[in-house]
Amino acid sequence: MYEFTDDRIALPPADAEKTQMTCHFCIVGCGYHVYKWPANREGGRAPDENALGLDFRRPVGAMQLTMTQAMTNVVQDRDGSYHRIMIVPDKGCVVNDGLASTRGGQMARVMYNPQTTVGANRLKYPRVHAGDEWLDTNWEHAHALWAGLTKRILDEEGPDQLAFNLFDHGGAGGGFENTWGTGKLIFSGLGTQTVRIHNRPAYNSECHASRDMGIYELNNGYEDAEIADCILSVGANAYESQTNYFLAHWLPNLQGATGRKKQQFFENGETAGRGRVIFIDPRRSLTVAIAEHAAGAENVLHLAVNPGTDTALFNGLLTHAVDQGWHAPEFIEAHTEGFEQTREANRMDLAECSRITGVPEADIRKAAEWAYKPKASGHRPRTMHGYEKGIIWGNDNYRIQSALVDLVLATHNVGRRGTGVVRMGGHQEGYCRPPYPGGRPAVNVDEEIIRGNGRMLTVWACNAFQTTLNAEEYRKAVMRRSDIVKQALRRLRGASLEETVEAVYRAVRDDGGLFVTLIDLYPTKFAEAAHLMMPAAHSGEMNLTSMNGERRMRLAERFMDPPGVAKPDCLIAADMGKTLERLYREDGNDEMAERFTGFDWTSEEDAFEDGFRRAGQPDAPVIHSQGGDTGHLVTYERLRAAGNNGVQLPVKEYSDGTLVGTPMLYTDGKFDTDNGRARFLSAPWNGFPSTVERQRQKYRFWINNGRTNQIWQSAYHDQYVEFRRGRYPMAPLEINPVDAEELGVESGDVVELYNDYGATHAMAYVEPDISRNHVFMEAMYFNAVMGDLVTPWTDENIIPYYKGAWADIRRVGRIEHFSEGVSFKRRRYI
Amino acid sequence: MKISRRRFLQASGASAVGGALAPWSTSHAQSAPTPVGQATLPYPEHALGKAGELEPGRPVNFTYPDEQSPCLVIRLGTPNPVGVGPDGDIVAYSQLCTHMGCPVMYAAEEKTLRCPCHFTVFDPELNGQMVSGQATVNLPRVLLRYNPDDDSLHAVGVEGLIYGRQANILETA
Repeated sequence: MYEFTDDRIALPPADAEKTQMTCHFCIVGCGYHVYKWPANREGGRAPDENALGLDFRRPVGAMQLTMTQAMTNVVQDRDGSYHRIMIVPDKGCVVNDGLASTRGGQMARVMYNPQTTVGANRLKYPRVHAGDEWLDTNWEHAHALWAGLTKRILDEEGPDQLAFNLFDHGGAGGGFENTWGTGKLIFSGLGTQTVRIHNRPAYNSECHASRDMGIYELNNGYEDAEIADCILSVGANAYESQTNYFLAHWLPNLQGATGRKKQQFFENGETAGRGRVIFIDPRRSLTVAIAEHAAGAENVLHLAVNPGTDTALFNGLLTHAVDQGWHAPEFIEAHTEGFEQTREANRMDLAECSRITGVPEADIRKAAEWAYKPKASGHRPRTMHGYEKGIIWGNDNYRIQSALVDLVLATHNVGRRGTGVVRMGGHQEGYCRPPYPGGRPAVNVDEEIIRGNGRMLTVWACNAFQTTLNAEEYRKAVMRRSDIVKQALRRLRGASLEETVEAVYRAVRDDGGLFVTLIDLYPTKFAEAAHLMMPAAHSGEMNLTSMNGERRMRLAERFMDPPGVAKPDCLIAADMGKTLERLYREDGNDEMAERFTGFDWTSEEDAFEDGFRRAGQPDAPVIHSQGGDTGHLVTYERLRAAGNNGVQLPVKEYSDGTLVGTPMLYTDGKFDTDNGRARFLSAPWNGFPSTVERQRQKYRFWINNGRTNQIWQSAYHDQYVEFRRGRYPMAPLEINPVDAEELGVESGDVVELYNDYGATHAMAYVEPDISRNHVFMEAMYFNAVMGDLVTPWTDENIIPYYKGAWADIRRVGRIEHFSEGVSFKRRRYI
Repeated sequence: MKISRRRFLQASGASAVGGALAPWSTSHAQSAPTPVGQATLPYPEHALGKAGELEPGRPVNFTYPDEQSPCLVIRLGTPNPVGVGPDGDIVAYSQLCTHMGCPVMYAAEEKTLRCPCHFTVFDPELNGQMVSGQATVNLPRVLLRYNPDDDSLHAVGVEGLIYGRQANILETA
């Protein structure tokens, strides 16, 4: 249903407090300003009477502003005071140029207000489960229980029985402070390798291949998309998933508006026309439709590749480009190794490539010409390759990515301005941790949990119940094991803390139970399995640093208190460490106690100083930080001065009061390998994994899945926001009209999707742009988990093939209240 | 007899009928300042024209609550829960996209209102719900009153904040 919104707004007075904020959500990290002022005041309409400096005595013109009810809120601090806030995009930020997306534009609405649905659902106090109900408690009790059980398991059974589902990213729930605090506790302190990351079952990289080839996955800047001759987008949907990167940087190039910038970067005499774009995607996404509309269909080439066959397409393009002599022998010779071997291993002629991928030969040729054929001036084209979940979650992550980067290396489309082979990205980044104590491949933690291993699982700012593979079996195992602990808790009456720890320990050791702790903003779906919850803070409630998809680091400033007694994750981790230190001291075990020292932090800035700034310093332990060895040059004070434009990591120097960063990596031709040469990796087309192939043969529909513009990630906020949930009361499922008719399905019907691994529901949206026997489903939704249909297959590094799900579909029925309140009109700007 | 859009506009007394953005009504009473003791803004009532002169799928421009606020009235052709008129199918919306204020255009095929600047799409058949795009609130709906005695349509209020304003009624005091 639609929401009611008021017809007026309180303006920030001219003296409102103003702080900088990087958007909480996607990797683009748009810059915003936060205005905060006492709730009983408001600014006037004259430009000198409001902090925006705009004249509201007459209507503000188009494109001058974005200011809606969603950008305002009334928040409460811990002293009980109420303040109004307004969060609006920063016109001076080079990332978003004053634009707000539908996600970032609602930041104010998701800040804590005890009188909103969002606020009412926030975790405010630690809670312990009594077996049949949740009880609020205090931090001391929560930490004593968590640390008491942790110590018991660590002492009796070793670190690997302590399992963690752990965030690793930047943005609202992550950041360099929080990744460091948790990493120091879990890796340096506990030393467990039973840790999984965020959206996948092991502690690994989604870009092992690119990194093994010497290329970090975020290697260009957003302005490179403005000057590229060609953007080749693979398995990405930028309009919906990296919105303002697309709107502020891609589109101007595709519309021919960046000629002046091209002149700055191009060589004398180099052809500089308007940019063109190639989309490799089985689906005609919104981005394809909008690019055709805005840039002209003649400048857009959509290769509707058969699902899972990208490796064959890259190899066909590589073979064709090299056969035409469009590769870069001088670069290959001087800066790479392994080209000849890979060229042979990856060889695939156009006919075979077309047969496997389903892309007409003529289109493959055309794509190669756009992306790799020398320009009229004889210069090699500057082609940026941007990829996301179609590759990351595609058919054999390691191989598919190897094949893509092979193509890029052969044509020298990295390290030159206007090029780059980059993840488009999901979250922002903000990684700073001690080394992971396990090997590669890392432990498949989900499988260990399903097998009954791990005594204790701490779920930290991520939600595998909605986001993992083989999710139904995983949830079943966790719930079954959790219930064993709940049974034990239920039997306790008047138990001391020690007796509680003992009872739980027996349940997990002797009876196969699993003690689950949840640390999050909300009691998420995983809370159904939890026994202990701890309330965390997010951006705005703490100072938090992250970097975006062009490695641009900013400080998102704290402007309000977290709700209740909630704390930043790094300080929760510090309290856990301090509690463990105390318990070991009391035990007389100083050796173990020492492992939990160094947590005397009073603020998140202390964690930043301890981790990000110490990386690479002579007296520091090994720290894997995205800031590299020059992180010490960055301080909160310097980041405040740098504003929403921040600095692109790695920092080169601090001079004249300014942090000087790195717009693009590898411009010197030296790559991240021991000898500095980028490494080709052979990646012959290998078909489908047998586990997936069985589902593909057995079930009719390919279940493509991903994001929808209005929904961020697992909908952890959005499920409480009427504008979002009213629009999408269930996970939307786009389905071809002929298929829908055959199934007796209409828009608005609830359907069941099912295969050998699980079943879930979604709401049908009939969409002609979806191919026959394909559907597209919102991934990770709170009341419809697409991961239930994903096989347990992973690549050699334990990266799932989330895109590799096939299932059948049947009509369940219709929830009229849902369908009547939702628009089923086409989303593709028809 | 079917009445053309131009004739409809003439009948309504509007003078500007040239382009898609031309305001339908130009005469606006001065709005009073917000009175104390009232939680709603003092919207004026504006006569728009005759309902029977609106053609299905042919939106007509007008301005409301003042001449600087372009709006669209649409006869959808199918009854609508919030529609007025003899067939309950007439709705009206602010023409300014709530994202950044560009004028939305009616797309007859899908019966949507589309913004050309950042490709936001709204549904006039569903209270202005955002179908897709970058807005953070739906399109403000102009509240209409229909008088069956003389088939006249009247704008009487706006639900939601019109782009570019602190409040829908500009300060006059």
